[in-house]
Amino acid sequence: MSNVLYDVPGPKARLRSRIASVIAVIAIAAGLAAVIWALAAPRITAGGAELPGMFDPSRWDILADRAVWRRIGVGVLNTLQMAGVAAIGAVLFGVIISFLRTAGSGWIRYPMVVVLEFLRGMPVLLMMLFVLLIFSTGAYWAGVIALILYNGAIIGEALRAGIAALPRGQREAGLAIGLGPVRTRLSIEFPQAFRQMLPIIIAQLVVLLKDTSLAYVIGYNELLRTTTNQLANYYGSRYLFTLFFVTFAIYLAMNLLLSWIARIVARRVESGRMPKGSTPFSRKAEARRARKVVDDAFATRVTDQSLGAKR
Amino acid sequence: MDAVIENLPTFLRGFGTTLALLGIAGAGALVIGTLVAAMRISPVAALRGFATVYTEILRNTPLTLVLFFCAFILPYLGVRIDFFILASIGLTAYTSPFVAEAVRSGVNGVPVGQAEAARSIGLGFGQTLGIVVLPQAIRMVVPPLINVIIALTKNTSVAGAFFVKDLFASAQDVINIRGDEVFAILISVAVFYLIITVTLGRIAAVVERRVAVLR
Repeated sequence: MSNVLYDVPGPKARLRSRIASVIAVIAIAAGLAAVIWALAAPRITAGGAELPGMFDPSRWDILADRAVWRRIGVGVLNTLQMAGVAAIGAVLFGVIISFLRTAGSGWIRYPMVVVLEFLRGMPVLLMMLFVLLIFSTGAYWAGVIALILYNGAIIGEALRAGIAALPRGQREAGLAIGLGPVRTRLSIEFPQAFRQMLPIIIAQLVVLLKDTSLAYVIGYNELLRTTTNQLANYYGSRYLFTLFFVTFAIYLAMNLLLSWIARIVARRVESGRMPKGSTPFSRKAEARRARKVVDDAFATRVTDQSLGAKR
Repeated sequence: MDAVIENLPTFLRGFGTTLALLGIAGAGALVIGTLVAAMRISPVAALRGFATVYTEILRNTPLTLVLFFCAFILPYLGVRIDFFILASIGLTAYTSPFVAEAVRSGVNGVPVGQAEAARSIGLGFGQTLGIVVLPQAIRMVVPPLINVIIALTKNTSVAGAFFVKDLFASAQDVINIRGDEVFAILISVAVFYLIITVTLGRIAAVVERRVAVLR
């Protein structure tokens, strides 16, 4: 699309574009340099004492300490454990929800609509606090349960949309060969819906991994609390910036990795949908489309929140 | 229930702060997000690259980290601003890439023929975008944008954990006084949030139906 918006640039436009590029690069680099410069400058406290700048070795030397990394490792494991347990729970809960939401009886279906609206319209953080205080589960389970409820509701809606998008004949064929409605749903409709919606589900799991950091607020020792609370208290607050930076880098790496996996899965799913041997798409176009599926799924974190939004 | 009625002023003040956060961060994110989206489809490679990196980094950082940065690291680095403003900046920054993605997918959703037609009658990049593509894209972008705003509404609760007296913080404050009515307090706070999110969700659904008719 974006290449239709403007002509293939001629020599003049190319020159102008290159000049604009250079100016933009210089502006961005200057901005970054200003930030780095400001960070590196020694700071003067209110008392007049001079503290070293943010890139001074005395602020980074703890990274040479094995114990620090072991502690960070524990924090990462705590975060991953919460994310893993919540992810499994959320997928299972999503499956159950998609069943209840499409149940034959209105007595089950309509209350589910209200419950789902409630689960998706409420902040996850408030839900964590709710579980923590009402059921006194402890911070870990409060986080896990809130994440299961919220993400399960969204995954459930995604699965429902996937089932609704299947050709009618699939269900009819299942019933025609004598499978009951439940068997048809389980062994014919469900596997297909799941496969179609896999990119969206994985993208939602990236959101889930990000949201584990909310458990910081209710006092669970996940990565952020481990570094900026425990380690910063133990080694002194002069390392706060360093520790935050390390945390940030770890989170970024984990999430980018998972997003990347989501894109690969999306590409697999997409290419599985195309007739074999007649692929009119180059690898690059395919990758671009996989990227779009995942990007859209990211937006659904978002999009799925409105009840009326039919996709 | 009387714990809720007694402390209604606290809740309403919190609700006001939440709405203020929503308004400021929402407006800021719309402006910055649109700019980033424009950069991402612009002919200048450096701007495209910058916008991509900006989007990827912010979208893959947890909101808690962003707000932690605003509430602890910035003051630690010597920034002396009110926490409310810091939280608004954090929420704006966090929401802007989602706005940018919504706008970009709207622009990509306009049929190619429209842009081709505009190009073929001799309109330039700015004209094609401004007169032909964007007016159509905005229509398609409104429902997802409302959904971004709904997500933002819920995300403002995280600011309540970082020294901003919003609805979430007011819940915590009231619970500290009236520990015997935790359930009623939390449910009523949830209802306040649902008032915003469900209303916005309905608007999104209506707008979506209108757009569907137009196309």
